[in-house]
Amino acid sequence: MAESEVEASSPALASGTLERLRELRSRYPVARSAVLPALWVVQDELGYLPPWAEEVVAGELGLLPGDVAAVASFYSMYFSRQAGRHFVQVCQNVSCALRGADELLAGLREWLQVDEEGASPDGSFTVEGTVECLGACGGGPMMQVDRYSYEDLNLDSARAILERIREDGGGGAGA
Amino acid sequence: MGGAEPVPDGLVLTRYQGAPGLTTLDGYRKVGGYRGLARALEMGPEAIVAEVKASGLRGRGGAAFPTGTKWGFLPQGVFPRYLAVNADESEPGCFKDRVLIEEYPHQLLEGVLIAAFALQASHAFIYIRGEYRKQRELLEAVVREAYRAKLVGKRILGSDFGCEVVVHGGAGAYICGEETALLDSLEGRRGQPRLKPPFPAVKGLYGQPTVVNNVETLSNLPYIVTEGGAAYAALGTEASPGTRLFCVSGHVERPGTFEVPMGRTTFRDLLELAGGVWRGRRFKAMQPGGGSMQVLGPQHLDVPLDFKAVADAGSSLGAGALVVMDETTCMVEVSRRLVDFYRHESCGKCVPCREGTYFESQLMHRLEEGLASAEELASLADICAGMDGRCFCPLGDTATWFVMSAYRMFKEEFDAHVGAGHCPVRASVGAAA
Repeated sequence: MAESEVEASSPALASGTLERLRELRSRYPVARSAVLPALWVVQDELGYLPPWAEEVVAGELGLLPGDVAAVASFYSMYFSRQAGRHFVQVCQNVSCALRGADELLAGLREWLQVDEEGASPDGSFTVEGTVECLGACGGGPMMQVDRYSYEDLNLDSARAILERIREDGGGGAGA
Repeated sequence: MGGAEPVPDGLVLTRYQGAPGLTTLDGYRKVGGYRGLARALEMGPEAIVAEVKASGLRGRGGAAFPTGTKWGFLPQGVFPRYLAVNADESEPGCFKDRVLIEEYPHQLLEGVLIAAFALQASHAFIYIRGEYRKQRELLEAVVREAYRAKLVGKRILGSDFGCEVVVHGGAGAYICGEETALLDSLEGRRGQPRLKPPFPAVKGLYGQPTVVNNVETLSNLPYIVTEGGAAYAALGTEASPGTRLFCVSGHVERPGTFEVPMGRTTFRDLLELAGGVWRGRRFKAMQPGGGSMQVLGPQHLDVPLDFKAVADAGSSLGAGALVVMDETTCMVEVSRRLVDFYRHESCGKCVPCREGTYFESQLMHRLEEGLASAEELASLADICAGMDGRCFCPLGDTATWFVMSAYRMFKEEFDAHVGAGHCPVRASVGAAA
C-alpha cells in the first residue's frame, strides 16, 4: 500500500488509548513486555487488531510491526478481523461436556443461525466452541460472553441471557 | 479420617469464608489481613524461607515442587530478581485459582508481597489468563487500592523494602501456564517454552533470577507466616502437609471447590462433599489432577489425597482437580475431547507434540465414530510412545497420559468401538433410557 493511501484513510487510535499505551509501557522494566496489554487496549477500542493498529503499537514500543503481528497471531483471543459485537465462548471441555455442553453449543448455533465463521447474520454475536477450558468447571455447562461468565446453563437460560445482551446493545468484544 | 466435612479450624485458604467485604482492603483488614506481611517484614527474608521450608508447602500448580527449595535456587547476590505469579489457570477441571482471586484477592496479594520480600524481588508480575478478564480487573483494582495504602510500591509499610506489582493479562494460550512459556509471554513474545536448564531461578524474566509460583501456593503464605510452618504442616500428614483447595466437577450433585487436609482425606470424601454421583447413577471413573492426568477407577476411591498414594495408584494430584464420570460416560469420547484440547493448545514448537497431537486427534475422532480399524487403534500406543518423554515440554507428554491410561483401564470399551460404525456406549445408554 502506498504511503498516500495510508494517509488518506488516516485511521487513528483515540488519544486516551495512546495515553494508555504509554502508561503501560512505563510499568515494565523492558518496553516489549507491554505488547500483550497494549494489544488488549487497542482491541478494546476497535474490536479487533487491524495491521495499522499493530503498527501503532510497534511504534510506541520500539518494535518492528512484524514482531507485534507475530505475537498477536499466536494468541487466540486477539482478532484479526471484526468479530460480532459480542464474543460468545461455549466451553466444550470435559467437565462441561459431561453436563451437556455439546447440546448447548449446537442449540445456540442453530438458534443464532451462525455461519461457518461463527457469526450471527445481524452481527450481534460471534460464537466460538473451540476454546480452552474456561476455568468454571464447577458451573458447567457454561459460556463466557465478552468478559462475563454465565454458569449452570441450559439452552433456554442461555438464550434468555443472549437476548438480553442483544437488546442492551453494548460495545466491542471484551467491552 | 471418619468425617468428610472440612473442619473450620483446619482451614487456611478459605478460613475467612463468609466474612463481608473481603475483596476490599477494609474488609480484609478487619479479619486480620496484612498482619502476615507486617510480621514477614519483621522476620526478614531468611526466617520466612525457613518457615516455608518447615511448612512443607509444595507448588500447587501441578508439579508439586517444594516451594522453599525452589526459592533456595536463586543465585546469591544477583539482582534485580523477579517474582512471576502464575494465574494462568487453564488445566481442564481446575477453577480453584479463579475462586481464590474472586473471593480472596487481598490474601493472594499479601502472599505475593511476602514472597517478593523473602526473595527480595523488585517486581512481581501476576500473569492472569485472558479469559479471566473480570478477575483481572478485580486484581487491578485491588493492587491500586494497595498502592494507595502503601502496601505496594516504595517503602512498604514504612520498611526499606519496595516492590512494584503489575497485573498482566494473557490472551488465550494454555501453554503459557508452563513457567518458561509464561516468561516468554510476559516478555512480549509468542508463549513458547524455553529449554531448561537454565531454570528460571537462574535465568528467568529478562535473563534475571526469577521465581514462578502458583496463585494457591502464594495464598498459603499469610497463614504460614502468622501461624508458623509447623502449624500449617500439621493440618495434613507428614508426607503431604497442609490443606488443598480441590475442584470437583462433572457428574456430581454439587460441583465446587473444597478445602480439605491433605493425606487424611480420600477421593471418596471429596466425592461425598460434592453430593455424590448425580442422578443416583453409579460411579465409573475419575480424573484427578486435571486434564493431563491419568484416569482412576472405583477401586481407587479410598486412596488418600497423598502425593505418593496417588502416584502408586497410577495418577497424580496435579493441579487439584477431580472430574467425576458416571456409568453413562464414554471413555473414548472423553479421551477424544482431551486429545483435541491438546491439539488445539500445542504451541507448535516441537514436532512430536505438534504432529503427535494431530495424529492422536485424527485417530480418536475415527474411533469415537466407530470408523477406526483394529490396526488403527493399535497404532495409538505407537503414536503416544513417540510423544511421551520426547516432547520439548510437558504439554506433549501429558497429551498421552489420559488416553493411554483410559485405553488400559477400559480396553474393552475402546475395542468395542472398532468398526462399530457408531459409539457403542452412547447406543447402549440410549437404549437403556
